[in-house]
Amino acid sequence: MRLLRLALSRLLKMAVVILGIVVVNFLLIHAAPGDPASVIAGQSGAADAKFVAQLRAQFGLDRPLPEQLWIYVRGVLSGDLGMSHRQGRAVAELIGERLPATLLLTGTAFMLALVAGVSLGAAAARRAGRWTDSAITVLALGFYATPIFWVGLMLVLVFSVWLGWLPAFGMNTVGADLHGWAAVADTARYLVLPSLTLGLFYMAIYARLTRASMLEVADQDFVRTARAKGVPEGRILRRHILRNALLPIVTFVGIQAGQLIGGSILVEIVFAWPGIGRLAFDALLARDYQLLLGVFLATSVLAVLLNLATDLLYGLIDPRMMSA
Amino acid sequence: MIRAFLRNRGAVAGLVILVLVGALSALAPVLFPASPWDMQGAPFARPGEDGFVLGSDSLGRDVASGIAHGAYVSLLVGAVSTLAALCVGISLGAVAGYAGGWVDDVLMRVTEFFQAVPAFILAVVIVAIFTPSLPSIVGAIAVVSWPPVARVVRAEVLSLRTREFVQAARVLGRSHPSILLRDILPNALSPILVLASLMVASAILLEAALSFVGLGDPNLMSWGYMIGAGRSVMRLAWWMSVFPGVAIFMTVLALNLVGEGLTDALNPRMARRR
Repeated sequence: MRLLRLALSRLLKMAVVILGIVVVNFLLIHAAPGDPASVIAGQSGAADAKFVAQLRAQFGLDRPLPEQLWIYVRGVLSGDLGMSHRQGRAVAELIGERLPATLLLTGTAFMLALVAGVSLGAAAARRAGRWTDSAITVLALGFYATPIFWVGLMLVLVFSVWLGWLPAFGMNTVGADLHGWAAVADTARYLVLPSLTLGLFYMAIYARLTRASMLEVADQDFVRTARAKGVPEGRILRRHILRNALLPIVTFVGIQAGQLIGGSILVEIVFAWPGIGRLAFDALLARDYQLLLGVFLATSVLAVLLNLATDLLYGLIDPRMMSA
Repeated sequence: MIRAFLRNRGAVAGLVILVLVGALSALAPVLFPASPWDMQGAPFARPGEDGFVLGSDSLGRDVASGIAHGAYVSLLVGAVSTLAALCVGISLGAVAGYAGGWVDDVLMRVTEFFQAVPAFILAVVIVAIFTPSLPSIVGAIAVVSWPPVARVVRAEVLSLRTREFVQAARVLGRSHPSILLRDILPNALSPILVLASLMVASAILLEAALSFVGLGDPNLMSWGYMIGAGRSVMRLAWWMSVFPGVAIFMTVLALNLVGEGLTDALNPRMARRR
């Protein structure tokens, strides 16, 4: 019941955020220099008069501003994100088509980052002050300072260009016509480098966070109590320290959801991964702002959904949240 | 405090690297008087060949010169956008924390909104729509990076505003802006300082990412642009994308080290672990 109420309040918050993004999109179009219709159509002058006229009608540009906003919000809420003039198709359709690839990449990278990051952080905390700890800390600091797209390029340089082990661009072998498990294995090979690129960065962050959080918890009274009553050290680490130390990490994952999605956009661009990030890049090159704004909306919704998921997860891990 | 900072070897190393990058940026017109956009020799010269210390790119431009001139953009964008974000974040955070009530509620909802949307994509959208230029890049980075400042400042103000010295100031009949500016904010300075050093680092990363996807200022050489340009010819010329990346890495690492040093020096209780 409490979980339901929590979920409802989060859903309401999500609706507010989505409405906010729609309004921000609207304001951006109007704040840009020039007529909104020509901004959306692209400033390169590639748009024909008919298309601009159609945009004017769609946005109701001859009406007062509040009414224009209402027309725009109504359109988005009914699932109409407009047309992509370069591709000649609906923006919502294009995004829907590319979404699975992005989810696959982001999901794989996230799982990798979480499992490897928490394990490394726990290892570092256990050996606090020794060389393994220092090595993990230095590694985390290093990844934290490296541009994510550059890590991707370096991995391509080493594993594709020099060693020739893994494919660098795309999602599956062109023209191979594979089916069943062969196709899955093929895509998995293409997935290795992009998910590693995205995952390593977040692994570094989670490792540092886990280390700090575990050292914090290890100082608390209930850990001393457990130790005093003779609980084996490994069990203290897993059941008493790690479990409590995970809470701030879950919170952080929620806060970072937007960054994760943003990172996946960059990684998709580097690896020509056919997800919505690649779509955004193509939109950028073609000055297809209708599509770009659609991608912004879609990725924001994705980030908010991820945020919602971690909130609910938090409630499950820590029952105290429920009674609050 | 300064002594505590200097005792931290990592922080000192970071500071040294930062000074070097700053010097490189300042001396770029002397060391490489020619424009980094001009052809200087044969294209795709390997590092060390043909007088190119770090090689040349697909148009025969000097990679070393690009890195020296690019330092200016990185440092400038990092510093200015952080300043702008600090102004916005400190004002909103201070007002939210001091006023409380519905003002606080509204401002915090706005802050949460900006934290919930993917920062990089919002920055891309802003720069693309306002056309890529130094002001639009700085503005976009500032827009996506003020929320943490607002949160930190708000929390500090909340904890400070009930303290005795603030009550004393109120009893003395001082105005609200005066109390906020002269009594509360100076006491909240240290967390802001730490946050600022980390924000410069992330602003530099964000600028690099923006110019990598082709949203850099078209008139200014930048590290992210160089990596983007080297991407398609990586098989031919690895040095085109490797060296600018190393430059970004060193600068950002240095800023993070300085940030950690500041945290330790300003907040000794948190530092006992190290």
